[in-house]
Amino acid sequence: MQRYANPGRFLRLADAILPWAAGLAAALILLGLYLGLIKSPADYQQGDSVRIMYVHVPAAWMALFCYLTIAAASFVALVWRHPLAHLVAKAASPVGAGFTFVALVTGSLWGKPTWGTWWVWDGRLTSVLVLFFLYLGHIALFTAFDDPRRGQKAAAILALVGVVNLPIIKFSVDWWSTLHQPASVFRLDGPTIHPDLLWPLLVMGLGFMAYFLAVLLVRVKDEVLSARLRALALVQAGV
Amino acid sequence: MKVLLALIGRDLRLVWRQRGEPLIGVAFFLLAALLFPFGVGPDTDLLRQIAPGIVWVAALFAVVLSLERPFHADHEDGTLEQLALTALPLPLLVLAKALVHWLTSGLLLVLAAPLIAVIYDLPGELLPVLLLALLLGTPILSLLGIVVAATTLGARRGSILIPLLALPLFVPVLILGVLAVEAAASGLPARPHLLLLAAGLLLALPLALLAGPAALRQALDEG
Repeated sequence: MQRYANPGRFLRLADAILPWAAGLAAALILLGLYLGLIKSPADYQQGDSVRIMYVHVPAAWMALFCYLTIAAASFVALVWRHPLAHLVAKAASPVGAGFTFVALVTGSLWGKPTWGTWWVWDGRLTSVLVLFFLYLGHIALFTAFDDPRRGQKAAAILALVGVVNLPIIKFSVDWWSTLHQPASVFRLDGPTIHPDLLWPLLVMGLGFMAYFLAVLLVRVKDEVLSARLRALALVQAGV
Repeated sequence: MKVLLALIGRDLRLVWRQRGEPLIGVAFFLLAALLFPFGVGPDTDLLRQIAPGIVWVAALFAVVLSLERPFHADHEDGTLEQLALTALPLPLLVLAKALVHWLTSGLLLVLAAPLIAVIYDLPGELLPVLLLALLLGTPILSLLGIVVAATTLGARRGSILIPLLALPLFVPVLILGVLAVEAAASGLPARPHLLLLAAGLLLALPLALLAGPAALRQALDEG
């Protein structure tokens, strides 16, 4: 891990991975959309609106996964003072907020024809909304300091304190069983969802994951290069 | 230990000599709770039903508003750096600050809550549950809040940041606190919710004592 603290080495690695990740994301998402929107059958109760799920569920998975990434990066950054980990946390935050927003909006669009309402104060919905605000707070704290290094550390501590919310979101549907359906993919006794619906979902999930990796690499590269630009500008000003 | 007691005494004295401050917090708490009848109308049944939620939400706001007190003044005039240089370990410093904050904010809210309960005509047998839930929940708010306040030391717009960062973290406490009273209201045992709140307190304590010092350290590094 410390090997990749060297920004030059990281940039070379990122350049090597980036086209693969981006290509994989495009291919998987296109395939997932084809499987989900055209190939898979409509649900016998929900009709075609079930297809919203192929975007909603992976986005919700990624909303949690992004936060987990931020928390892990923050932990690494605080414990080993890994300079790139801070940049990863900073780069992942707006992406995670985006995924959370997509999950909320698609859920709302699906809820209107299915539940008959845009929004219910159900445990899962509420805790995902809270997650969205955690992302906003993380972004706000990052940019609130004149010295960017201080913002990094403060945001890392905040991210780690906020991790308490992740299990609450994951298990909220089991604790407050209201409108949102319980987990149907990741269960001890195997998925309860039909394979025709499961495959497009998994393909989309992997596609979203590859997309996240690609965007994350671009954003971290951008952060590294801007830091280098700042350093060069300082050197020039000093001379 | 002596330093710890001296610090707690100093902070309490400071708050006491600025008289108004904690009382303004309590006044805000009462006023915020009294705005709801104007908003939803004077329907007694409805108000009785939402009273626990109102007490909790108003308490959350009152706590968030008082979070700037523990560290910011000390940070600005350099006292915080002096405190960090004393023999007192940073976790104990955080603990002392959280304790003083709770005594001058959370505890006062617990004492003021019966007043709101009376005005909203909350059934008498629910009051002990509400107070117990507040008694368990407000220390969690103080512990988490103080960590958040420490991370914003030296930030631009610090006072606006605190509510944005703290309120999402407070939501689980709010949910459990209201659930406890609602369970009691519908004849179910409130005990599980209260136990979960107590568990939350036991979890928040080490969390705050780990994260608080880390946040203080990064705030003190800058100089």
